[in-house]
Parts: sequence; C-alpha cells; structure tokens
Amino acid sequence: MDSVELCGPAVPDFSTHPGLAAGVAVLQLAASRYLALSEQEKELNQRLRSLYPAVSDQETPLPRSWSPKDKFSYIGLSQNNLRVHYKGHGKTPKDAASVRATHSIPAACGVYYFEVKIISKGRDGYMGIGLSAQGVNMNRLPGWDKHSYGYHGDDGHSFCSSGTGQPYGPTFTTGDVIGCCVNLINNTCFYTKNGHSLGIAFTDLPPNLYPTVGLQTPGEVVDANFGQHPFVFDIEDYMREWRTKIQAQIDCFPIGEREGEWQAMIQKMVASYLVHHSYCATAEAFAKSTDQAVHEELASIKNRQKIQKLVLSGRMGEAIETTQQLYPSLLERNSDLLFMLKVRQFIEMVNGTDSEVRCLGGRSPKSQDSYPGSPRLFNSPVHKASNVITDHLCFPLFPGFDSNYCNGVSSSKGHTSAHSHKSCPPTIPSPEPGVLNGSRGQQTNVSAEVEMEVDHFSNGVSESSSNGFLNGSSTHGIDLEECDADMEVDSAQSKRQLCGGSQAAIERMIQFGRELQSMSEHLRRERGKNSANKKMLKDAFSLLAYSDPWNSPVGYQLDSIQREPVCSTLNSAILETHNLPKQPPLALAVGQAAQCLSLMARTGSGSCAFASVDDYLH
Amino acid sequence: MMACLLEAPLRISVLSEVTATSRHYVDRLFDADPQNVLQGVIDMKNAVIGNNKQKANLIVLGAVPRLLYLLQQSSSSLELRTECAVVLGSLAMGTENNIKSLVDCHIIPALLQGLLCSDLIFIEACLRCLRTVFISPVTPVQLLYTDPTVIPHLMSLLSRSRHTQEYITQIFAHCCKTPEHQTVLFNHGAIQNIAPLLISPSDKVRMQALKCFSVLAYENTQVSMTLVNVLVDGEQLSQVFVRMMQRDKPIEMQLTAAKCLTYMCRAGAIRTDDNCIVLKTLPCLVRMCSKERLLEERVEGAETLAYLMEPDVELQRIASVTDHLVSMLADYFKYPSSVSAITDIKRLDHDLKHAHELRQAAFKLYASLGSNDEDIRKKITETENMMDRIVSGLSESSIKVRLAAVRCLHSLSRSVQQLRTSFHDHAVWKPLMKLLQNAPDEVLVMASSTLCNLLLEFSPSKEPILDSGVIELLCSLTQSDSPALRVNGIWALMNMAFQADQKVKVEIVRALGTEQLFRLLSDPDTNVLMKTLGLLRNLLSTRPHIDQIMSSHGKQIMQAVTLILEGEHSIEVKEQTLCILANIADGNTAKELIMTNDDMLQKIKYYMGHSNVKLQLAATFCISNLIWNEEDGSQERQDKLKDMGFVDILHKLTQASDPNLCDRAKTAMQQYLA
Repeated sequence: MDSVELCGPAVPDFSTHPGLAAGVAVLQLAASRYLALSEQEKELNQRLRSLYPAVSDQETPLPRSWSPKDKFSYIGLSQNNLRVHYKGHGKTPKDAASVRATHSIPAACGVYYFEVKIISKGRDGYMGIGLSAQGVNMNRLPGWDKHSYGYHGDDGHSFCSSGTGQPYGPTFTTGDVIGCCVNLINNTCFYTKNGHSLGIAFTDLPPNLYPTVGLQTPGEVVDANFGQHPFVFDIEDYMREWRTKIQAQIDCFPIGEREGEWQAMIQKMVASYLVHHSYCATAEAFAKSTDQAVHEELASIKNRQKIQKLVLSGRMGEAIETTQQLYPSLLERNSDLLFMLKVRQFIEMVNGTDSEVRCLGGRSPKSQDSYPGSPRLFNSPVHKASNVITDHLCFPLFPGFDSNYCNGVSSSKGHTSAHSHKSCPPTIPSPEPGVLNGSRGQQTNVSAEVEMEVDHFSNGVSESSSNGFLNGSSTHGIDLEECDADMEVDSAQSKRQLCGGSQAAIERMIQFGRELQSMSEHLRRERGKNSANKKMLKDAFSLLAYSDPWNSPVGYQLDSIQREPVCSTLNSAILETHNLPKQPPLALAVGQAAQCLSLMARTGSGSCAFASVDDYLH
Repeated sequence: MMACLLEAPLRISVLSEVTATSRHYVDRLFDADPQNVLQGVIDMKNAVIGNNKQKANLIVLGAVPRLLYLLQQSSSSLELRTECAVVLGSLAMGTENNIKSLVDCHIIPALLQGLLCSDLIFIEACLRCLRTVFISPVTPVQLLYTDPTVIPHLMSLLSRSRHTQEYITQIFAHCCKTPEHQTVLFNHGAIQNIAPLLISPSDKVRMQALKCFSVLAYENTQVSMTLVNVLVDGEQLSQVFVRMMQRDKPIEMQLTAAKCLTYMCRAGAIRTDDNCIVLKTLPCLVRMCSKERLLEERVEGAETLAYLMEPDVELQRIASVTDHLVSMLADYFKYPSSVSAITDIKRLDHDLKHAHELRQAAFKLYASLGSNDEDIRKKITETENMMDRIVSGLSESSIKVRLAAVRCLHSLSRSVQQLRTSFHDHAVWKPLMKLLQNAPDEVLVMASSTLCNLLLEFSPSKEPILDSGVIELLCSLTQSDSPALRVNGIWALMNMAFQADQKVKVEIVRALGTEQLFRLLSDPDTNVLMKTLGLLRNLLSTRPHIDQIMSSHGKQIMQAVTLILEGEHSIEVKEQTLCILANIADGNTAKELIMTNDDMLQKIKYYMGHSNVKLQLAATFCISNLIWNEEDGSQERQDKLKDMGFVDILHKLTQASDPNLCDRAKTAMQQYLA
C-alpha cells in the first residue's frame, strides 16, 4: 500500500451531481475530466516521489495546489486550484491579495521547487511570487510582512519581510515562467526566470513556509506548477549538486581517532550480527580470521538456528515445541510471545504448512511453500510492500527493531519511558482507516466485538475444500534434517487449498482456533486487554472468512515473509534470556541512523533528504 | 646516445656531494650479469619513489643514459626494459630540472622508439614516462611532431588498454597548442579515435579525452563542424558534453565540457540559441565564476563565458541576470584580500599570483557583457567602484590587465549616457591618454578606439582631451602601419572636427598636413578612406570654414574629389565624396571652384542620373546649393547650369519615385521660379 494513493482524487459522486437529469453528456464530460485529472495527478505523484523521496506524505504532505481556504477574497481559483486570478478593484496596494498552497514545504525535501507561469500581467503586473508562513496577512503581496518573502514582477525587486524591496532580478510579465527554489539545507531561496537561475534572493529563511502568490490589479492571472508538468528550470541538476555535497560531507566525516579503532568496531558489529542471526559457521570463520571472541556458546547458536529455521519454514508447532524443550521457562514467562507464536501457528495451519496439519494432509512437506532461506537483510523490496500491518511487530527494516531504541537506549525491557516514546514515534505509521476501503470494512464486521465462533465459518470452508487426501496422513515424524536438506520452493504452486486440502487438517485447525480463542480470553482475564493481541487474533481468524484466503485482503498474513518478524521476535526473546542484546548492534546502528534522519526531517534539517540509509546498504 | 654516457668530469666534480648509496645503485647498472642489472634497476625503482633528493643524485651520477641504453638494447630482457622505463618515469616525476636533464639525454625519441615494441606492459611504462615528460612546461611541445610516424602510431595504440588511452590523450591534450597541431591530430583521425573514450568506464580517460576535444576545437571551425556530427554510442557529442556539465560531476569536467561547447558555438557549429548553450553551457560557466570555485577555475570560467557571449546580445542579456553575475565579478577585484594577508602567508602568495589573472578575466567578461546592451552597461558602471577599478586597471603593470581594462572601457564607452556621466566624473580620459603614449599596438587599438568615442561631440571629456595635445598623437596614429590604428586615428580626428571651432579645424589641418590627408584619401583600407572623407566633410561645414579651407587647399581638395569620383569605389565612398562637394557648393567663394570646373559639373550631372538614389540625392543637393537664390551671383550660376541641361534633369527628378529625391528636386526647381 503506497501512501501516495491515499491522496488521489476521490471518485466523483455522480449521484449528487446536479446535472444528472440533463443526461449522459454531462456524465461523460465529468468522466473525461476525471480521467484527464487522474492522468495529471499520476504525473504529479510520480514527479513528487522522484524529486522528494525522503518526504513522508502522511506526516508532511507536499503542496499540490493553492488552498481555497487560505486566500484573500479578491483571489479566484480555477483549474483544480492551480490557476489564480485577481478579482478585486485593484486601486491601491490595499487591494493586494494572496493565496497560499495547501501545505507548507517539508524540510525532508532538502531542496524544494515550484514554478508559476504568468498567463496575463493584467493592468499593471503587480504580481509577487514567493513564500509565507501560516497566518501571514493575505490582504498583502508576498514579502511585505514578517515571515513573508516575495519577488515582484513590476520592478524585479525582492521583498524580504519589508515594504521596501531590494533590486534583485529582471522584471517579469506575460508569458514568463518564474520559479522559486527553497534550499532547506542552508535555508536560502533563489528564483528562476524562464529556466535561468537569478541567484540567491533570501537567506536565513524560517521553517514551514508555504508557496505563495499575490496579485494586485485586475486581469492578472498566473498558473502554478507544483510538479504537474516538467519544470522549465533543471531543478534535478541543482539537487544533484546538493546530494553530492551532502554525501561528500558524510564520506569525509572523521571517524575513530585512534588507529584501528574503527576497523575493530566494524568487525565486532559484523561478528555480532552473524551470531545474532545464527550463521554459526560464518560467524565462527569470521571471528577466527578477525581474531575475536564469540560471546555465545556455539551450541546455543545452533539451537537458535534450529528454531529459526523451523519458524521460517512455517513449522510453528515444532518451533514452539523445540523452544519449550531448549528454553523451558521462556514461553511460560512470556505468554504474549507464546500467544503470538500460536497465532502464527494457526496461520500456518490455514496455509497448510504447520507440521500438525501437514501430518494430516496428503502433501509432502517438502513440496509445501517453504521459506526460501535465511532471514533477509535489512531491506528487501518485498518488505516495504508489507508495511501495512502494525508498527511494533513488523518493523520493516530490522527484524525486531523497537522504535524506542532511537536514542540508543538499549533497554532490555520492551518499552522505555513515555518520554522517549513520545519523541520518537514509530517510523511506519499505522495505516489510516479505510486504506483497504470496502474489504477492510467487511472484515471488521466479521470479527469485531462479537466473540468469534469459528464453527460458524467451517461450513463454508469445508464446502470449498475437497475431501480427499486422507491417505497421506501417515504420521511420519518430520525431522529437522529433512528440512535443512531441501528448501526449494514449489515452483508448480498448484491450487492452494485450506490446510493443504485435508478435512482432518481443517478440523484440527478449527480445534486449534478454539484453543487459541480460549487462550486469548484467558490472557485477557489475567493480564487485561491487549489491543495488539486482539488485532492479531482478529486478523488471523479473518482468513477463514474467504473462500480463497490467499487472495483475500488479509491474505498477506499467509506470505512467508510474515514469518520474519515472528522469527526475530522469538530469537530476540531467547537472546534476552541469555542476557544478550535482543537485536544485533548493526541493526541497532542502522535503525538509529534511520531514526536520526526522520528526526532531522521533523526538526527541519533539510540535509536528511540526501542521506538515505538505503544508499549505504548495498 | 652512447655519446653522453660516462661524462667523467661531471661525475667527479659532484661526487663528494653524492651519497655512496646512490653511487652504488648506478654501479649496479653496469654489472656483467643481466640478472644483477635487473635486480639493480628494481632496487633503484624502490629507492627513488617519492625521493626527490635521490632522483637528483641518480641523474647527476649519470643513471639516465645508462637506463636509456638498457631500455633500447634489444638484447635486454623485456622485464629489464620495462623496469628501466618505470624508473625513468619515476625520475621524471621529480623537479623540472629532472625533466630538463631527461630531455637533454634524448629520452623522448628513445621512448617513442620503445612504443614500437609489441609488449603492452612495456608500452604502458614508456607512455607513462612520456606523459610525465610532455605535460611538463619545460618540454618543447614540438618534439611530439618531429617524427611524422609518431602521431599515427599513438592513434593506433589508443585501442590497446585503458592506460594507453589515458596517457596518450593526456599527451595530446597538452601538446596541441597551435592550429597546425590541431590539423595534424585532426588529419590522423583524432576525433573518431578519441570520441568513444568519452564514455570510457575510467574517469581519468573520460577527463583526458574531454580535454583533447577542448584543445582541438578551440578556434577551429573544421574540428567544430566535424564534432557536431559525431555520435558516441548513438548519442550526439553535444549531448555527451551536456551530461558532463551536470552539477554532480567534477568541476574540472564541467568546465572543460563547457569549453568544448563554447568553442563549437563560436565556430558556428552550434547556434547561440540552442538549448545546450542557453540553458546548459552559459549557466555552467556562470557557476564557474562563483566564489565557491577555485581562483583558477574562476579565471577560466570568466574568460570562456566572455568568449561565448561576445557576439550575441541575447546571451549577454541572459548572463547579466544569471546568478547576480555582474556583482559576483566585483569580487574578482578583492584579491589578495585583507584577511589573507594577515592570517596566512601561503594564501597571500596564492592570491597574489592569481590577482592579475582574476582582474583581467573580470574586465574581459564585463567588456563582453556590456558590448551591446545599454541597460547592462548601466548595471556594470553602477557596480561598486567599477569606474575606479577601470581607471586603476588602465595603469597596472600587467599588460594583460591594462588591455582587458581598456577593452572594458571601450565596451562601456559605447553608451551615450555613460560618456556623459561616469566617464566624465572619473576623468577616464587621463589614464587613457597616458596609455596611448607608449603601449603595444594591441592596447593602442583598443585605447584609440575608446578615445574615438570620448571625442564625440556630446562627450564632456572632449574639451579636456583637446587641451591635452591629443591632435598630434592622433595624427601620428594615422601614419601607423596597422590599418586599425590608422582608422582609429582618423576616426577620432573626424569626431573631433564635428561642429568644432575654426581654431580646432585649422589645427587639425595643420597638424595632419595636406600631404598626409591626401595620402589617406588613397589608403588601401576602405575604412580609412571613409573616415578621411568624413573628416573632410566635417572640416567643410559652416560657410566661413568652407571658404577658408577651400581658399588655402581648394586645388588639392578638388583634385582628390575628382580622383575618387573617377575611381573604382563603393557607393558609400562616392556618396560621401558628393556630400563633400555639396558642402563646397555651400561656401561663398568655394562655389566658384565647382562652377569653373565644367568637368566636375558633368560629373555631377552624371550622378544625378545614376541608378543609385543615394548618389542622385547627394548630387542634386550639390546643384541645389549652387543655384540657391539668396546668394551673390546666383542668377549667373542658374543660367549656366540651365544651359548645361540641369533644369531638364531636375524636372525629370521631380517625378522620381523616391520622395526625398523628389522633394529635393522640387526645392531646387523653385530657385528658378523665384
């Protein structure tokens, strides 16, 4: 789910269209206008995304048009609020009028740019193009007041929060395209005329400025381009220069004063990362060649590796069992974790991958959708696509990374003080309600409030499931070796069936669901409400509401990629019992860097735009 | 080669200063066992790396001839020959004196000979050394071109490896200094061979290839015209250059690519309104002038930009509003800055070294910016202390700065407003006159041209200049061998004579002398002739002046006029001459010189019937003056001219389609009717 789509144009509500009675023609007109609009909107989205990749459109939306609410009454807007015309008397400067864009310029742009084309200079061409803060008087031209900045067409002067201008550039008139570029790294602004940079106009700009235009005499009309069309000025080229500058700054940043200190630290980080993710052979070899000690028993690493492999191949039942065997008290003490593992087990049952149902089903465990290998690196594109879930369990970049760690406080407790939590909200905001439009609503109806009766669904489910496949139900004990040996993905991917298509498996799944339900109730009674747990269960049960769960709106849960967060949470929990950090320092460092960048974005340091952590992870 | 081996006296004389170890290294080169020699060379290689003292020692001890000998011997192993080339390359990396010694030992032909070997490693070692030698300012560039087989062979080696590409292009880029060099390289396929290197994966190769194109295209139409049609991997070369100007590319690359496009544009291969010039090259060059750039880059940027926009007013207009260029240039005059003098001696030294270059570059750019547009000139003169800077620039010790300053002044002197105001306020004529006393021709041309403008009638500087004895100076310029100086001299006199006092006119005629005046009337340069006629015309204005000058020089002037009207001259020249005649016809006594000259009257008649309206008009004007009513003897003149058939002609001309001519003829006819 990409955030940008949220802001797409709403589908016109034809039922309330006043011209409905007039006939089809109006509808067609509206439809074609809508199509054209969405084309433009698409181009806009694309351009904004490529120009300002660091901007989170949910946290800090970009300006996309002039605001019909934030303008003086002498200003008229048209053409999707991109065209501005003057409709006052235009007799004295007291008749000046301005309009601001819908949103202020986010610092995470690094460099922000918009253009204004002069459609008509009107009577006198008293037009001002610039920036102003929220709340600045709109009955004025940009530049005349505090926190307001403008470049005026009639005299070519720049106005820096003052009624008197400074000679700045050439005059501009009908047909000219004037651009305004805000550099949020050094807080300066320059203008362009017909694609030529005119040089710095303002320095020491305050944060949160809005693109602003002002007009003063009748007939003046200007069009804005916030990215709807290609810009006349080559802003990408300017941005390239600044990206290079910032990256050079990072590259030249002085590290470790003492000889070898830096290298030793890097080696430590790599080693700890390998150990954390239980790459025992590699970790051993690396530690040996870099002359380091490993702070965990090799056997212990191997145990964790065993459990991880089980989780990642979807064999949750065995994973839980093995965990209980190797770390007897871990899950007893941590009932939330156990609950999460069980919910995952339920999902794997639906998937037909869990060992319990696999024994009942007819298909060979090998041919099932097994997990293709080890935990992924920090960022795989698939990860990003799966951001929708909750922020806690599925922190996308770093398995098990907790947002509270942004200050580098690696507390072993799950949650640190409210203070740090407040200052560093999770990077990935929870999805807005209605993201999944219709389907989400439906799902909520099914599982909300009422305690879910699993039986209620079973009929429908069994209808779609075939009845055969009981023959393969021999209880062959699946051992780990088998799992280790081959992990090939079933390329054929024949029709996926609930619980692998076995009736017995379905019954076992339903029974398991009941147990889960009662465990949930038990947990609630004992430890009070836990909205995360509730949602988790609700989502998992929702799978049964669809005849083809894999292609349902909640089907993402069945994706093997969703095993990763479970896996790393379990891994972290195990490590914690050994008094080892629940996440590797490398992930912590990367997470910290990412948090710093988002903190910079929030506090107005524009250079964060050109320092994406991803750029440094190859 | 053997001749310079073992120069015993030299070795002995410096032996005491040289360490025994250096001695030892050289001795090993003479060992009988080739294996020991090889080891000796390798040890020498390791000993000299980064050690200038050691390098100098080895050179003094005569290592170079021996190394060259070993390098050239076909009996030497390839490994030994390669190591020799490497050591020589290392020696070349030292001081300029090292290079001189190497060149004196004829290292260049030896290494060029080495390139004929088939072994790539050896070739690369030779090329690396050649590169280092050739990029040194002490090496005569010509040595690359002495043997005509060298360039084609180097071209063929371009395909061998990334290293050969880097070294060869670097050699070309440094050794292409004249149009002849450009032609040699061009004729041997430099463009086709080097163009593909512009997209080489190696940064160094790309950079050197780009440099090659900038030196090849400089003021070279043939190369520039060829370049526009070259495709590199399906892409036009100009687009490749544009990409190299992107702002994240190294500054050197941006600047050099901008130079290439500038040269192509000036050669007419790219239009001045092409986007790659207007939106890419020009802004890139303006950026090179910014304070963030190194002083060298700013100098080159400004000079290249000045060259780019010199002939195009639109580019001048765009540049004048781009990134505050006009005020940005003012900063060029602030070196060495007062801060650098106090804080940092090294910086001061650096600033001082570049100060002249910066100033002359800024003057050049101002001159180019202001050469056409009045508003830009105003903007320039309003820049802080601009006029003061020009004035002091005119008397700087550096000739380059003086020339650039006077160019700038000349450009600004095209503005009527500036002549009336800032030029007068700052008495720029004073340093200008001083400059004219004793300067090379280059400066004189610019200075005298500027003086021409300062002597325009409305210029308030005209009076003080006159008082400073300028007439003699200008008259001496008219005797110069340089046509440009003769033009400027006579032009200035012409401007000076315009509506001047009788005293001034007499002084001009006296100082110039009729002989010189008539010599100028037969000058092979049309410009000189035109301005001389202009001078005559200005001298022969207002009746008393006409009569006075004609009474003393009438005969010669009439002779000159006849000569020109009879000669092969352009319409403009003849028109100017007829205008002089018309002026003479306006005099009281001077008229008679025409009236008594039937041959001249016939000529006037001829031109009244000429196919060119301008000549008809001037001739009619002349007749009109002769028959003007209110003057003494007009009746007789009218009669005579009527008898000669002028009235019929005038009558015919009243029907002329040209309204001016028609009016003029009618006015003349009225003289008869009155």
